[in-house]
Amino acid sequence: MTTETAPTPSEVPTPVSAGPSGRSILQANLRDYGLVVALLAIMVFFQIFTAGTMFKPVNLTNLVLQNSYIIIMALGMLLVIVAGHIDLSVGSVSGFIGAIAAILMVQYHVPAIPAGLLCLVLGAIIGASQGYFIAYVKVPSFIVTLAGMLVFKGLSLAVLGGKSVGPFPTEFQLLSAGFIPDVIGPITLVAPKLDAAGKAIVGSSIVLHSTTMVIGILIVLAMVFSSLRTRARRRSHGYDSEPFPLFVVKTAIIAGLVLYITYLVASYKGLPNVLIVMSILIAFFVFMTKRMTIGRRIYALGGNPKAAQLSGIKTERLTFYVFTIMGALAALAGLIFAARLNTATPKAGQGFELDVIAAVFIGGASALGGVGQVAGAVIGAFILGVMNNGMSILGINIDLQQMIKGVVLLGAVVFDLYNKNKA
Amino acid sequence: METTILEMRGITKTFPGVKALSDVNLDVREGEIHAIVGENGAGKSTLMKVLSGVYPAGSYDGQIIYRGGEVQFKNIRDSEHQNIVIIHQELALVPLLSIAENIFLGNEVAKNGVINWDEARAGARKLLAMVGLKEDPDTLITHIGVGKQQLVEIAKALSKEVKLLILDEPTASLSEKDSTALLELLLEFKKQGITSILISHKLNEIKRVADRVTVIRDGRTIETMDKADISEDRIITSMVGRSLEDRYPDRVPNIGETLFEVKDWSVYHPLHADRQVVKNIALHVNKGEVVGIAGLMGSGRTEFAMSVFGRTYGQKISGQVLMNGKVVDTSTVRRAVDAGLAYATEDRKTYGLNLIDHIKNNVTIANLPGVSRNGVLDDMAEMKVANDYRKATNIRSSSVLQLTGNLSGGNQQKVVLSKWLFSDPEVLILDEPTRGIDVGAKYEIYTIINKLAGEGKGILVISSEMPELLGICDRIYVMNEGRIVGELSGDEASQEKIMRAIVRAEGRTA
Repeated sequence: MTTETAPTPSEVPTPVSAGPSGRSILQANLRDYGLVVALLAIMVFFQIFTAGTMFKPVNLTNLVLQNSYIIIMALGMLLVIVAGHIDLSVGSVSGFIGAIAAILMVQYHVPAIPAGLLCLVLGAIIGASQGYFIAYVKVPSFIVTLAGMLVFKGLSLAVLGGKSVGPFPTEFQLLSAGFIPDVIGPITLVAPKLDAAGKAIVGSSIVLHSTTMVIGILIVLAMVFSSLRTRARRRSHGYDSEPFPLFVVKTAIIAGLVLYITYLVASYKGLPNVLIVMSILIAFFVFMTKRMTIGRRIYALGGNPKAAQLSGIKTERLTFYVFTIMGALAALAGLIFAARLNTATPKAGQGFELDVIAAVFIGGASALGGVGQVAGAVIGAFILGVMNNGMSILGINIDLQQMIKGVVLLGAVVFDLYNKNKA
Repeated sequence: METTILEMRGITKTFPGVKALSDVNLDVREGEIHAIVGENGAGKSTLMKVLSGVYPAGSYDGQIIYRGGEVQFKNIRDSEHQNIVIIHQELALVPLLSIAENIFLGNEVAKNGVINWDEARAGARKLLAMVGLKEDPDTLITHIGVGKQQLVEIAKALSKEVKLLILDEPTASLSEKDSTALLELLLEFKKQGITSILISHKLNEIKRVADRVTVIRDGRTIETMDKADISEDRIITSMVGRSLEDRYPDRVPNIGETLFEVKDWSVYHPLHADRQVVKNIALHVNKGEVVGIAGLMGSGRTEFAMSVFGRTYGQKISGQVLMNGKVVDTSTVRRAVDAGLAYATEDRKTYGLNLIDHIKNNVTIANLPGVSRNGVLDDMAEMKVANDYRKATNIRSSSVLQLTGNLSGGNQQKVVLSKWLFSDPEVLILDEPTRGIDVGAKYEIYTIINKLAGEGKGILVISSEMPELLGICDRIYVMNEGRIVGELSGDEASQEKIMRAIVRAEGRTA
């Protein structure tokens, strides 16, 4: 008597046809599509109300640069939340790592690359030590990371002696401020107009960063190719896939969007280095959660820890790994943020954890664990980022901004619950 | 005696896409014990939820006439005001509150919001005496067993001056002894004029206590039988809509040499290090053999099985596990699985399944290496595995992508079995494999067990239902208070002999 939805036939059982219907596929993906649509709607809204500033190449590039560290931490936070935990320390940890990086590079003149690697390892160690208390000593993650938040906030202050330390060496700044070199050379689409003095008028020309364009086109081709292949594979095994027209429309929209954004970015300074780092990480985390056994195990752990353990999953070790990954990602975020500001301040990273956690929940993760998608978390982070960006351009006060963001977070979760209850 | 206390007329309840109840009629006479039986998903619980106001008036069609007048309950409070109390299968007690606090929860003995504890305790004591529970009202719920918790629920119902008591599978998780006590209590209530509606899968219980039985199938009333007509065969025929000639499928045992052996196995309680839960157990299972472990609740059977399977229970574990004559390491679940063991839990919702994930992911989770290469999953291989097992174990679902939380108990159990079958074990330990599932699904589970035995695997079945063990096992161990107190071959075993072994052991330890 556990379910009223599926009465079992008492006659001789007949096999039910396999495979989900088209409608159920659409329903299952409604939330994912809904998020993308929401993001686009918000962007278009600001595009209109900021008189076209939102989609300006310089603004889009800034949007990526401003939100990269939140997105990178959201990747780790997604794992943490899916595993049924929370990490409140990521803001403080990222700030602390930024401080350590500054001390190493500015005061001790350690070259950027070894200093950066050292910082990543240190972040992983911090994550691992918190993970140790959570996984093996069984202290609730909320408490361990709350303690960690205080400890690392204090440590940043102590390390920096309460002062800002900077500037960083140029090669380190490239992490946040750099763009990939244009190995092919710029293409001039529209030649600049000349003023009376024979000098080019700023903004009158369109010059494309051609390497960026080439990379963008290659990515789109790879995407189309891989989704065609997946589709063919599913069909060859006799499983339903979405109807072909839907598939074409979906692929075309995504390809079009990617190409358009590539075009915009290329018409500014090209691909930012950070975007490349971020894209690789996002791609890897999507792959890990969807296709790798470790990802599957994290979902099983969050869905029912006892059942996971009795299924042979080493739940403690897995929890430990999840927090280690989170620590390393917080460190990377800290480096990017420090490079962007070109200085390490004692206040760096404060409150980041809230944006990161909000992004993951807006992206559809469940606070109870076991549910959540990487793509959702990334889009959630962009929704927050676009709102920050758009509202700042509009000159909306910071107090109102906070309120609006709070309402959006609550609204997203309520929407989720409403959908779940309806289903 | 013959007045009707409750009449439900033409109850029809639809959920999106499913008609859960259609035109159900039920009449219950004052002071009787009325049993409702039906397969899982037949609509029994839905009917009771309609009656108690969980599904408010207006969300269903039909009439409820209670004590002579039509009633329309908007919520549980409404029905409780009319002295109708429902006790659900999953107990609704707060574990870290005391017995007294639980009994008067939401109904506190208080004036202006201040609780009068003396009066509450005294009241609780009186109620506990009525249900025959000798516990201090200040004891926390978490410190008493499931059987006693059930009694607390009933005491709570009594505190609401219950006239119509509805029990949804009250004995599903009780031992024989506790079940008997509970049924006695119902008979006692009957003398006091309390009417009971009893939902149960256990036909022998129904035969013992019920005055009348109503059978529900596929959301319809099939028939209501009077005491004189109640027989297990007739109920089963009515329930499944076909006659189940034999409740246990036939099997010709083909038993080979010793496959699995445990020697001198001892386990202590995880919290109380001086309490030995499993005492020097030795047992073995041969190839192709179905071996049962009988015993009362708390006799240490589950504790034994879980301690063997990756030390998932207890501490200070000692003893040896042998597979095919060689000592194997089963100190973690992973190692136990690698050694060829599988353990399907007695509590599938808590320990067996990820209810928020679908069938496919639940089936493959214990053997992900079997559907992956270098840590990368092959989703097509996974789909194939899930579909194969869905077919082999006859899981009824729309597809393998249906959430396991939406399946009926029998189908959930088949998912748990599929998961362990896919880990390709040599020995399966099945802990209460048919608890809380209906007759039809039980038969299917037995068929799977027989098939596995036919393939030469060793099966160890832990069950509190003696007829089940007698029906499917080649050999039965009897366990009591952590010891093996008897071993019976399938031919000589009988309920009396098993009980005698337990009682004799009780006498020895007392």
